[in-house]
Amino acid sequence: MSLLEERRPAAKPTAMPLVAPQIPAYAPWLAAVLAGGIAALAGLLLGWSLVAVVLVAWALLVVGLPAWSAAIEGERRAKDRLVTTIAWSTFALAMIPLASLAWEVVENGHAIISSEFLTYDMRGVLGAGGGIYHALMGTLIITALATAISVPIGVMAAIYLVEYGKGNRLARTITFLVDVMTGIPSIVAGLFAFALFTMIFGPGVRFGIGGAVALSVLMIPIVVRATEEMLKLVPEELREASYALGVPKWRTIVKVVLPTALGGIVTGVTLAIARVAGETAPLLIIVGTTTTLNLNPFDGRMATLPVFIFSSVTTGGKYDAEQTARAWGAALVLVAIVMTLNLLARAVGKVFAPKTGR
Amino acid sequence: MSTTTTAPSAPTAVSRRGDSVFAGLATGAGLLIMLALAGVAIFLIIEGIPAISASGEQAYGKDNIVVYVWPLLFGTLLAAVIALLIATPLAVGVALVISHYAPRRVARPIGYLIDLLAAVPSVVYGLWGRAVLAPAILPVYAWLADHLGWLPFFDGPARTGRTILTAAIVLAVMALPIITAICREVFLQTPRIHEEAALALGATRWEMIRMTVFPYARSGVISAVMLGLGRALGETMAVAMVLSASGLVTINLISAENPSTIAANIALNFGNASGTKVNVLIFSGLVLFVVSFAVNFLGRWIAARGQVKA
Amino acid sequence: MATSIDISDLNIYYGDFLAVEGVGMTIRARSVTAFIGPSGCGKSTFLRSLNRMHEVIPGARVEGKVVVDGQSLYDPSVDPVAVRRQIGMVFQRPNPFPTMSIYENVLAGNRLNSKRMKKAEADDIVERSLRGANLWTEVKDRLGKPGMGLSGGQQQRLCIARAIAVEPQVLLMDEPCSALDPISTAAIEDLIHELKSDYTIVIVTHNMQQAARVSDDTGFFNLKAAGEPGHLVEFNATSKVFSNPDDPSTEAYISGRFG
Repeated sequence: MSLLEERRPAAKPTAMPLVAPQIPAYAPWLAAVLAGGIAALAGLLLGWSLVAVVLVAWALLVVGLPAWSAAIEGERRAKDRLVTTIAWSTFALAMIPLASLAWEVVENGHAIISSEFLTYDMRGVLGAGGGIYHALMGTLIITALATAISVPIGVMAAIYLVEYGKGNRLARTITFLVDVMTGIPSIVAGLFAFALFTMIFGPGVRFGIGGAVALSVLMIPIVVRATEEMLKLVPEELREASYALGVPKWRTIVKVVLPTALGGIVTGVTLAIARVAGETAPLLIIVGTTTTLNLNPFDGRMATLPVFIFSSVTTGGKYDAEQTARAWGAALVLVAIVMTLNLLARAVGKVFAPKTGR
Repeated sequence: MSTTTTAPSAPTAVSRRGDSVFAGLATGAGLLIMLALAGVAIFLIIEGIPAISASGEQAYGKDNIVVYVWPLLFGTLLAAVIALLIATPLAVGVALVISHYAPRRVARPIGYLIDLLAAVPSVVYGLWGRAVLAPAILPVYAWLADHLGWLPFFDGPARTGRTILTAAIVLAVMALPIITAICREVFLQTPRIHEEAALALGATRWEMIRMTVFPYARSGVISAVMLGLGRALGETMAVAMVLSASGLVTINLISAENPSTIAANIALNFGNASGTKVNVLIFSGLVLFVVSFAVNFLGRWIAARGQVKA
Repeated sequence: MATSIDISDLNIYYGDFLAVEGVGMTIRARSVTAFIGPSGCGKSTFLRSLNRMHEVIPGARVEGKVVVDGQSLYDPSVDPVAVRRQIGMVFQRPNPFPTMSIYENVLAGNRLNSKRMKKAEADDIVERSLRGANLWTEVKDRLGKPGMGLSGGQQQRLCIARAIAVEPQVLLMDEPCSALDPISTAAIEDLIHELKSDYTIVIVTHNMQQAARVSDDTGFFNLKAAGEPGHLVEFNATSKVFSNPDDPSTEAYISGRFG
């Protein structure tokens, strides 16, 4: 510090003062190590817990680094460093639960994954053993059905909004309602499907297609949104080029606009599938669960991975440990499916990304 | 005129029919969405109305539907608000790190990771909250009850980790990636020229962010928080799995006696419900629908107003 | 195969706003007709009304007559889609379809109208159109590559090939060179000269030298003031317009004293 102060007058006093005293670039790291070291030492001497040591180390850093900076660099830079430290702290804090979640799912889930776990259902199983084949198939069937319902409706509605409606009253109403639908709590979608099918088939109805309808209520707005955004990105020039060739509007949409937007639409749909594949609440209400394989979505309860996880954990009783182990295994499988879909969506988005430039 | 061309009107009928069929399909899809949403509201109302006269045994031993739903609504709001109080500062910080602090090389993978975490199913968060977080946080609650017990929130006694505060923390962890993603987008949209103008005036990075990024992003952040709130209000599974609920109204956050939430209450009781009890649960779902609709609407309204101004 | 166009008393509106007022002219077959004038004078709008492209924009409508080959374009029985098959258009910015190869781009007009054709026939159309657009030798070895991979000038010639592949009567060009460098511009101008023997060509340009170089007839559009509708000031042989125009405002514009 004294060195820096001596150097300043040495600079030519006539020139603009471009040199200001600075703490070295490695200062934040040094401060972090020092704070950690002091806290650890104190912790060892006074017998603190790990949590306490970390908290003290953090407090030392947040106070110490800006203080050091204030002494040398002045108040404004010190404030800047304080905020930087806090921003990175929030980041670290936010990462703790998220990292823990990822770690626990893998750690607790991987042990039980076996060919038996993936190919057997739970018929007659009480303690150990059994598998999630029935739930896996249920999730695949119901999600596939929901996709089959949502994608045509969602894509066509988006086409209406972008290509036909163009801000007329109906289009504005639909846009608003899609906004509302995006915010429907998933359990309310389940109640809707339940109420709907209760009115048709009488009370106590439970079947897979009902779940697909409920999931569609959640999925359609996502598909509409994604498709709408992508269609809007298609340059008006391409439509005009097609019209100028004497191509009718609907063929222009099908052959020019949709292919150009395809990558984004597929990405959006895949993300929507990933989102609803993990939905639990609506399925709990309208599909229920069962221990045996049921491949017919029009008849009777079906098991699904999310509901399987939920009921395994909440049933309790004598075999709680085995049930929880299976729940972790199912959670790992479910997370793997959802993550694969997400990565796939990104890959698709990259592959189909509009080729611009030359 | 060198050649006499026949009037090319032959394909007219064909292309016109194709056009009207296609336009009809597109319009039909749009109308179907209107119908579906109307259906949601109508069916919930039809099935919910019988609950209004429910009492006693039919209303789970409560005098009337209001007395039944109120504690649930209280719990729903309490959990969601605490979750947002925890998640918002963290999300803003993380978004700021991604958009302005971290080097590009690091920021991109972090953003990627956050997006992936937004996709983790809620039931998995619930499982984690119940099996990992609840036991781990019990000592903290015990400490809080011992040292801060004079605050009504931390009255205790801390006998279980499965409290409303734990549920709120899980909700915060779930809402964090969503709010972060929106905030990041909004922060990144700050016009470069504004930022450079601030830097050219000799502002430090924090001063630049306070002068340009925050004013520009304010409405976007607020609407992100509202959307996160809407999500937290409607979240079912995480709460249903984490919370050990007894359905009373209290602001004691760490005791074994916790308020429940509407969504979790439906999930836990629907399987065994019959008769008017089903209607009672559906009615509570209707209340949830209205509340989350209001919150979402408010969020979008704020976002739209901000856009007009910008 | 080329045809003339008779326009009389044409008014073009965007909603309630009158954009172009009272235009009348005869565009000769197998010739190049150029429209010049300051920005916003309605020459592009007028061009787009010649193949009913302007009505793609919501609220746009037309009063008056455009007669092509004895038929009025705005007769209720006329299908705009059919009109556009006969009167092709090339746009300001090259706009090849990004999802299609060079080959598919040329055939787009035929394929999108679901015309079935044999491979040999299709190959023939592609080669003929690309030769017609002076692009064949440059791209014949990479017909399967994306059309977006070409340079700007090549893309514009690809768009011309695409337009002539459907064998239209008339080719409308809306500032086809304004996004191109001088060398590409020269290539397009040469091409316009060659296409003249087969097609009626109408071109809008901001570049008066270009109008003088390529066109046989020239129309000068102007507006009285901002917010007023554009109108046709003068329509004459290009040589006359550029040497001895009838209207003083045309001379002022051409000699650069205005606009």
